[in-house]
Amino acid sequence: MSAPAFNNKIIKWIDERIPLFTVLEHSTSSYPTPKNLNYWWNFGSLALFALVIMIMTGIVLAMNYTGHTSMAFDSVERIMRDVNYGWLLRYLHMNGASFFFICVYVHIFRGLYYGSYKAPREILWWLGLLIYLAMMATAFMGYVLPWGQMSFWGATVITNLFSAVPVVGNFIVTWLWGGFAVDNPTLNRFFSLHYLLPFVIFALVFLHLVALHTSKSSNPLGIEPKGPQDTIPFHPYYTIKDLYGVGVFLLVFMGFVFYAPNFFGEPDNYIPANPMVTPPHIVPEWYYLPFYAILRAIPDKLGGVIAMFGAILVLFALPWLDSSKVKSGRFRPVFKWFFWLFLADCFLLGWIGGKPAEGNYIPIGQAATFWYFFHLLVVLPLLGRLEKPLALPASISAPVLKEKA
Amino acid sequence: MLRSVITSAALALALGASPALASGGAHLDKQAWSWDGVFGSYDKAQLKRGYQVFHDVCSNCHGLKLVAYRNLKEIGLSEEEAKAVAAERETKDGPNDEGDMFNRPGKLSDRYISPFANDQAARVANNGALPPDLSLMTKARVGGPDYVYSLLMGFADAPEGFKLGDGMNYNKVFPGNQIAMAPQISDDLVTYADGTKATADQLTKDVVSFLNWAAEPELEVRKSMGLKTMIFLLVLTALFYALKRKIWKDVH
Repeated sequence: MSAPAFNNKIIKWIDERIPLFTVLEHSTSSYPTPKNLNYWWNFGSLALFALVIMIMTGIVLAMNYTGHTSMAFDSVERIMRDVNYGWLLRYLHMNGASFFFICVYVHIFRGLYYGSYKAPREILWWLGLLIYLAMMATAFMGYVLPWGQMSFWGATVITNLFSAVPVVGNFIVTWLWGGFAVDNPTLNRFFSLHYLLPFVIFALVFLHLVALHTSKSSNPLGIEPKGPQDTIPFHPYYTIKDLYGVGVFLLVFMGFVFYAPNFFGEPDNYIPANPMVTPPHIVPEWYYLPFYAILRAIPDKLGGVIAMFGAILVLFALPWLDSSKVKSGRFRPVFKWFFWLFLADCFLLGWIGGKPAEGNYIPIGQAATFWYFFHLLVVLPLLGRLEKPLALPASISAPVLKEKA
Repeated sequence: MLRSVITSAALALALGASPALASGGAHLDKQAWSWDGVFGSYDKAQLKRGYQVFHDVCSNCHGLKLVAYRNLKEIGLSEEEAKAVAAERETKDGPNDEGDMFNRPGKLSDRYISPFANDQAARVANNGALPPDLSLMTKARVGGPDYVYSLLMGFADAPEGFKLGDGMNYNKVFPGNQIAMAPQISDDLVTYADGTKATADQLTKDVVSFLNWAAEPELEVRKSMGLKTMIFLLVLTALFYALKRKIWKDVH
């Protein structure tokens, strides 16, 4: 890593003492990026953008929030009514969570289609999954804070899952609650952890970027760049492309914030938490629904919990489950179809997760759960051995040149 | 013990058993509200009429504790009118210099004082049923203002063979079809100061509009700021796109 020459004396003086500008230079203007990234590659930077929005709005919201069961609900309403632009901060934060997940889900499925998890990017993939897990925990605890009906009952249902653990289950639940029911100690610790975890996510994102800049970006062709003719500097090419993506993202995001701010929410959460009244239909936030469906697909409580956590943990083994040497789905004629089927299966699970567990929803949910695991554990390992991939292009530049001709 | 029963009941509900969800999944009577759409805004005269209905009828049983009396100025009450409304009820304050708690009339800075001292008092006065606080009602129900409208207009005679509980009333949209609240809306229930004809339909629309304002007082600021934001973002995004095209011109 040779230090670039800086002309500005102050920059040179600082950089000799702490190489901030060298690092910046290496990770932007001289960072070689494949020149063929499509718009699906925008969602990583968009997710980071969403994370920054969440942390910034969250810090200000925390200045006005009261973490006590008797005051939390009203303090949120005070933010909505009396704090200057409090409604804007809260709606940004509320919808920001959904949009953060949308970006991350697109980012994950982009990786699944283009085989971005394959060598040498296994640790990059793991760090991404850790970010995803930390996001799920953060979002869950954040949803509890307004202390509405869904906050309370969602917290009750999810924390109770741990009671399925043999022998020590009930002790774990009591320990999580800080008492014998979801109550003030639970709310307080959730608030504390909800403030802490985003910074853990931020640190993981940093590591994710370090790993990315070591193994370099994958690309839609799934072949590594063969020389400078295949790459372009990140700046200005991808900074401007990402900024354009941010613009489009903000148009959609702000559309919801200003015109349908409660679209992703549950009306029940505008009813203050009441331990004596159970809502008729407890549903988690939309981004958990596929896992909620898997949880309920298994008739046994412990089995359901194992399946639910297993559904995420199995993704850590993905780089080895997928036995194909070809990365990009573009050159895998059979895999391609299974990918879309898997995506449809995840949507189906999400739909089932939002429905009551009764009637036909149960067998559909079970079939979808079966397919989820069957795809990852059986289809992917077999496909790599049976499928005959298409011929890979000689280099990234080769097909680009051909397309142009 | 009670708590563990509740939590396991919740778990059973969430994880398997069929939820006792609404047999009252009746069709909601969708209305055209003045605040619908991108350019929607509240009709001030309607909010004031709706407040009159709330004040004269609803507020006898229902609270509105998230709205402060000072907020009523936003819908067109004068400072004196708002002060007068605030002073209609007493609230506990203190301790004073003698160390005693005392009752005093409400002030503009107070939140709307609820008609009952607490939930228990409200239940005793209402045949065991608790009239919910209305501050967020249009946000706290599926269907929002259309649900509240349909509920208020949804009272009817119970169909043949329907077993109505003691003191309950049949309602087409309320979950389970029986509600403790008696039908409240009727033609000429109040006399409007602005001369609008007080039909049942008009009264209901007005009071629902008022309740929507109570739940979303920021709506007008939100929508107008949204419009400016969207126009700004459109221009900004177009500029980014043009710049992207220019910078990428020589790649490929």
